[in-house]
Amino acid sequence: MDRTTIDLWVGLFVALGFAALLGLAMKVGNLTANKIGATYSVTAAFGNIGSLKLNAPVKSAGVVVGRVDKIEFQSANYEAIVTINIDKRYDFPADTFANIYTAGLLGEQYVGLEAGGDEVVLKNGGKIAKTQDAIVLEKMISQFLFSKASETDTKTTAPSAKDAATGVELKAGKSTELGDAPF
Amino acid sequence: MIERTWRVGVGARLFALTIIYSGESFKRFHLTLREIYFTGVMSLLIIVVSAFFVGMVLALQGYNTLQKYGSSEAIGVLVALALVRELGPVVTALLFAGRAGTAITAEIGLMKATEQLSAMEMMAVNPIARVVAPRFWAGVISMPILAAIFSMVGILGGYLVAVPLIGVDDGAFWSQMQANVDFRLDIVNGLIKSLVFGVACTMIALFEGFDAPPTAEGVSRATTRTVVISSLTVLALDFVLTSFMMVV
Repeated sequence: MDRTTIDLWVGLFVALGFAALLGLAMKVGNLTANKIGATYSVTAAFGNIGSLKLNAPVKSAGVVVGRVDKIEFQSANYEAIVTINIDKRYDFPADTFANIYTAGLLGEQYVGLEAGGDEVVLKNGGKIAKTQDAIVLEKMISQFLFSKASETDTKTTAPSAKDAATGVELKAGKSTELGDAPF
Repeated sequence: MIERTWRVGVGARLFALTIIYSGESFKRFHLTLREIYFTGVMSLLIIVVSAFFVGMVLALQGYNTLQKYGSSEAIGVLVALALVRELGPVVTALLFAGRAGTAITAEIGLMKATEQLSAMEMMAVNPIARVVAPRFWAGVISMPILAAIFSMVGILGGYLVAVPLIGVDDGAFWSQMQANVDFRLDIVNGLIKSLVFGVACTMIALFEGFDAPPTAEGVSRATTRTVVISSLTVLALDFVLTSFMMVV
């Protein structure tokens, strides 16, 4: 085969490869979707962040306004310090409330911002004081079980604390309590 | 056992020599271009057709299971991640070993059997620089390109089944995909995999050809070995690479 024909085909082949890669990057990957332009960063301290990941979305009213930039553990008061980058276009009051929510029942966790009423806005390097931890499902279930158990305990007898604890386990094992519960 | 170890040693030496003498294949780049034409461009058809069908069957099977959980929109994510992370690089490498690897082995084996390689040495032409290195670089360059094309065509095949045929929402298909496929962690890692597979497959094919006994039977055995060893190496390397990439 002629050398120039081979060159042409190889050129086409490489171009096709680049087109495929470009398609993967733009249409399939998150190279374009991730852009939030210039940002400012604020920190928030949480007692428990659940399974919040780096780069998780920061949403306000359901709209993505930023990303989680850094998660650190602060050993001074055993808190997680989460640094988030918020889009420069959006200002939030200084008394904004930061929650950790879960998208759907089993979805990923994200930071939800609820604006307060303060006149002063958050600046770069600012700190969100009001936070709410991630909900830990085990804690919720055990709280629910304890409250159920204490209800039944007060109805019958009030044994010692140790017996009550074993009583809870028995109740949980039977599982009828959970089945009827309006959870 | 000692024979096997000896062969690994010879293969490693050939690899080192190929790298050392590969300057020639870039200086006279038309040699490499010619090989890219034979290994890469000629493999396009088999890659595109199989990618299309792999993507379509992934979408069909994925939909079958996902709809039981009421999340058939996630089908785009499933198809894209499966193709970009695993099937793209691995199936491309397996097809490449069958389509191009065997051709390389047979060609070099026959060159050796008909004493073309010795003739080159007589003329003070280094056969590694003239024959082996251009084929090596052609394989290494072709493989990531083929894998990228495989992934993209597979996703288009999956799209064709999921959206017009099954009726999954068009917007959800792409937006869920974009939300869950990471450029660095998924696409670039897939390309790194295919680059490694390209080095492994081409080198195995070259070595088997170079090492083949100069008989008709020897060349046919070497060709078979190329496919078997390449496939096993690709699958084993895939596991190793994936475990390295799965940090955190």
